[in-house]
Amino acid sequence: MPLITSLRGRKINSRAHAIWMVIALVLVLLMPLTIAIGLWVKSAPLFSESSIINLLFSSSWKPMSGHFGFWPFISSSLLITTLAIIIGGSISFFSVIYLTQYAPKSHVKIVQPVIDILAGIPSVVYGVWGVIAIVPWVSETVGPMFGVQTSGYCVLSAVLVLAIMIIPFVLNILIEIFNTIPIELTEASLSLGATRWQTIKYVILRKAFPGIISAMVLGVARAFGETIAVLMVAGNVVAAPHSLFDPAYPLPALIANNYGEMMSIPKYDAALMFAALLLFLVVIVFNLFARILIVRLEKRQ
Amino acid sequence: MSFITNILPTKSTLRKVEEYSFRAIMYLCVGIIFFLLIAIIWGIIKKGFPALSWEMISSVPEGGFYFGKGGGILNAIVGSLYLAIGATLLALLVGLPVALYMNVHLVHRKKLVNVIRFCLDLLWGVPSIVYGVFAFSVMLYLGARVSLLAGIITVALFIIPVIIRTIDEAMKSVPQGLMEVSLSLGATRTETAYKIFVRQCMPAIVTAVMLAFGRAIGDAAAVIFTTGFTDSIPTSIMQPSATLSLSVFFQLSSPMEEVKARAYASAALLTIIVLIISITARYFSSKYNKSRIK
Repeated sequence: MPLITSLRGRKINSRAHAIWMVIALVLVLLMPLTIAIGLWVKSAPLFSESSIINLLFSSSWKPMSGHFGFWPFISSSLLITTLAIIIGGSISFFSVIYLTQYAPKSHVKIVQPVIDILAGIPSVVYGVWGVIAIVPWVSETVGPMFGVQTSGYCVLSAVLVLAIMIIPFVLNILIEIFNTIPIELTEASLSLGATRWQTIKYVILRKAFPGIISAMVLGVARAFGETIAVLMVAGNVVAAPHSLFDPAYPLPALIANNYGEMMSIPKYDAALMFAALLLFLVVIVFNLFARILIVRLEKRQ
Repeated sequence: MSFITNILPTKSTLRKVEEYSFRAIMYLCVGIIFFLLIAIIWGIIKKGFPALSWEMISSVPEGGFYFGKGGGILNAIVGSLYLAIGATLLALLVGLPVALYMNVHLVHRKKLVNVIRFCLDLLWGVPSIVYGVFAFSVMLYLGARVSLLAGIITVALFIIPVIIRTIDEAMKSVPQGLMEVSLSLGATRTETAYKIFVRQCMPAIVTAVMLAFGRAIGDAAAVIFTTGFTDSIPTSIMQPSATLSLSVFFQLSSPMEEVKARAYASAALLTIIVLIISITARYFSSKYNKSRIK
């Protein structure tokens, strides 16, 4: 840019950059709409034969004869995601109280890189670790403990792997939320004679409650869309799971596993696009809800 | 009665018991997080290192590689690097101007900027497989085949929000005075953006690039649809390309122990690459931090 020195040149340059900036911005903002419309159009052939209710809640999955019931996949996804957020969420919840209320700065400095590294480990590595560590543990230790014969490729393994994967994600959001709580609140509460724990219980947690909910919801959305790691440990059998030791087949795994065959069976591609659309809508709705809560929380402060 | 109150714990001891038990749970949870990191890294390295050899990282698969014969995963390593570098550059090309525009040109339109931030946060949450499927359907529509280029575009799409929001977070805190001084000295808005804001936010830009690169190289769900898989190193961006994460995935699904061992080794390699990226990011961001005006 130092080459352009005349005023006119600089103005043109500025204009050109501004135009590119606007184009880029519009492109980025149109993305979600384009994705939704594209997936909707592609999955439309599916709606001509059966209603959306039928698609969602029927358990009969026979692509060869044109029966597409998504319930086995939806119920797998719901079960795995719910349990994963209960485990991963509570670990993050207790950790964030320690990190923001009790821990000295030096401890936080040690823990932060640990969280960052965990957050950066690729999904496929979590999957490999699940296969070499969690799956054998579930099949050799946990299964026999409950008197169940299992290969280890089941709901429980998927839940554990997923819970671990969302801990750094949820924890990072929680840390940000707890850090926005004004220190004066704590000081006022302590000066009135409350103990540290009472302050946390009656002041901090009450203040942070909407934020905690939104962090958990974001965690659910994240867990819902997680693909490769879950695919590697969930077992992938088309049937609604009834126990922790049954294999499961979550929605993203369905999509990733069948990309090869989808063109050879009629309407199969529409079914997979519909699965992607479902995934997209669920994730967007959850994110929307959580983000609105967060924005409200920020406004109040 | 007084006898009973004497042996019952008083209210304040109950409170202490409550506080101490919750503190114990907190320590336990932080401990679990440390334990998980060590367990994951240790598990991957222990399983992966025995199979990791020079041949593996320096040669492409030979015939029968997936049945335990010779060769390596150089195709996947190079493919992943091409993909991640290409996608990160493309995402930066789109993302940096957007972040600058939001913070320099739209500085007085706070509401609009907040709406944009909101949309970007929504986009950030969309799982990569949705981008993959979407890109795949667009490719079908255009009649395009799987290729490195398609993979680069798809991966760039889902790392753009990461790049914009990470840079934007830092640009929010650039002092207003810096911009006013620059404009009052006669600089155009674009010059202010690229010469003042970019320099001021260098640590954040580096962090954003590293974060995006890490996501791009680790992704498997989007590339499965768009980049394909091949045993040779791509020589043009129109060819399909192997990626490390898919190479791990495919090798692990093999029933043969030798091939599985290679999957562990590939996973170890991927972990090492990601760790190196995260350490470099920390180093650079602290290095550039020194030249910031506070």
